[in-house]
Amino acid sequence: MSELPQQLANGLILGAMYGLIAIGYTMVYGIVQLINFAHGEIFMVGGFGALSVFLALPAGTSLALALPIMLLGGITVSVLVGIAAERFAYRPLRGAPRLAPLITAIGLSIALQQAVWKWYPDGKQARVFPQFKGHSFDILGATVQRGDIFVLIAAPACMIALGFFVAKTRSGRAMQATAQDPDTAKLMGINTDRIIVLAFAIGAAFAGVAAVAYGLRTGEVQFRMGFIMGLKAFTAAVLGGIGNIYGAMLGGVVLGIAEALATAYIEEIPGMEQFGGGAWKDVWAFVLLILVLLLRPQGLLGERVADRA
Amino acid sequence: MTALLEVEDLRVAYGKIEAVKGISFSVEAGEAVTLIGTNGAGKTTTLRTLSGLLKPLAGKITFDGEPLNGVPAHKIVERGLAHSPEGRRLFPRLTIAENLQLGAFLRKDTAGIDADIKRVYDLFPILGERSKQASGTLSGGEQQMLAMGRALMSRPKLLMLDEPSMGLSPIMMQKIMETIRELRSQGTTILLVEQNAQAALSLADQGHVMEIGRIVLSGSGASLLHDESVRKAYLGED
Ligand SMILES: Nc1ncnc2c1ncn2[C@@H]1O[C@H](COP(=O)(O)OP(=O)(O)OP(=O)(O)O)[C@@H](O)[C@H]1O
Ligand SMILES: [Mg+2]
Repeated sequence: MSELPQQLANGLILGAMYGLIAIGYTMVYGIVQLINFAHGEIFMVGGFGALSVFLALPAGTSLALALPIMLLGGITVSVLVGIAAERFAYRPLRGAPRLAPLITAIGLSIALQQAVWKWYPDGKQARVFPQFKGHSFDILGATVQRGDIFVLIAAPACMIALGFFVAKTRSGRAMQATAQDPDTAKLMGINTDRIIVLAFAIGAAFAGVAAVAYGLRTGEVQFRMGFIMGLKAFTAAVLGGIGNIYGAMLGGVVLGIAEALATAYIEEIPGMEQFGGGAWKDVWAFVLLILVLLLRPQGLLGERVADRA
Repeated sequence: MTALLEVEDLRVAYGKIEAVKGISFSVEAGEAVTLIGTNGAGKTTTLRTLSGLLKPLAGKITFDGEPLNGVPAHKIVERGLAHSPEGRRLFPRLTIAENLQLGAFLRKDTAGIDADIKRVYDLFPILGERSKQASGTLSGGEQQMLAMGRALMSRPKLLMLDEPSMGLSPIMMQKIMETIRELRSQGTTILLVEQNAQAALSLADQGHVMEIGRIVLSGSGASLLHDESVRKAYLGED
């Protein structure tokens, strides 16, 4: 049995990753009301992008030096795949019944997984991701691994940058307008196609950052990693109120912490012994989702539907 | 000499249903032209096609000497055609000031934009007092003022207004109509769609009566105002 600070730290680290990925679901949904179910795979390819960059560097390059370039590589791969998905898979289906892009997304997910499985060197197995060596840190009674420091810095930094972008820049304002009323946004002179691409790109970039964090934490990347992470991040986005960027991060953190606490403490509740441990953590995540949807259907920070344009 | 806006044999359909069945009209620079007609006549469809939100089935649209066919909506504003849509369509979670800024989205002259925002506030002082309020929380009349002000922010050559009086109290409606008259006297070219035929015709130079996708009657505002069939059908007289 572990102590509370440790569980909270674990939950926070995991939740920050969920939150970063959840941004991609929520931004795309906010603008085109589309659930990009291939987003988990956009996250996954970012991990392989970062790994590829690391492998291309001269052997013995220190990870601290390599990390910025790896990050850039992961983000680039995710963003390119995200933009291509929008352009070639989703845009032709705009205006089609909602089921069509959903099925396309599932197809795209499978295609991306299979592409990595088949063509990435040794992609059929988990590939080792570089790890920070050295001792861990002791923060407020919790042990935090070196690699986990990355997401604890990157997630808030990304959120601050995104908040500034949306609220203060011309493109950010155009993005809000497009989310609230796309036709009227066009009447203002906003190229809404460009804004949609931008939403996909930003979401993919955040997924790329999350993929590096995932690699550093788990020590590996593999072609299937996008599935459960994507599902959890989607849960986080709904939990926080889909369409709301701060809700996505909050939903991620709440989900991460709930999962960590459930894993550690449920088995201590009399009569619940058999539901404890890691095997049940995914179940608790979805139980939480169902509870929130029952009690607060718009999510934690979601607007009431009537307020949406 | 050519008109600022020239519409020739325009046809627009939603799927198989033709909502606009071949209409032609023009708007001269400096003029106010109104389209009136019953519900479902195709007035909104016409305006949405002119601003590029709908693609015409056939017909020719010429604006300021250039064809508009095939030009995407966001490029049409750039050419000087502003559209204040039916139902106001503000960005509800953005403030008054932010909505006005978006109206000037394509402009780069910050000083000019600020001056124009001030002009809108002079025109509608209540908007100036509430500039930080989310537009979704404004009253119907205030929303209409903002919608009109937002459309003016692009400094259009032609301002298209779709039912600016919809849902307003008589006093508010009078205020809006007065403002349109004022804009017109300042030289703004206006294409006005209205259910309130009396008000629209009395301020328009030209009027066109639409019925199920066609223009059935055209003439000067004054002559339509006195036309017997118009009086019967749209001004509630018998
Ligand atoms: N999105 C749409 N899909 C299908 N049909 C439509 C659509 N929008 C409008 N129509 C139809 O096209 C016709 C013209 O509609 P339009 O909105 O242009 O009329 P209008 O003259 O503006 O009417 P109102 O005065 O009530 O606003 C109507 O029969 C309407 O039902
Ligand atoms: Mg209409």
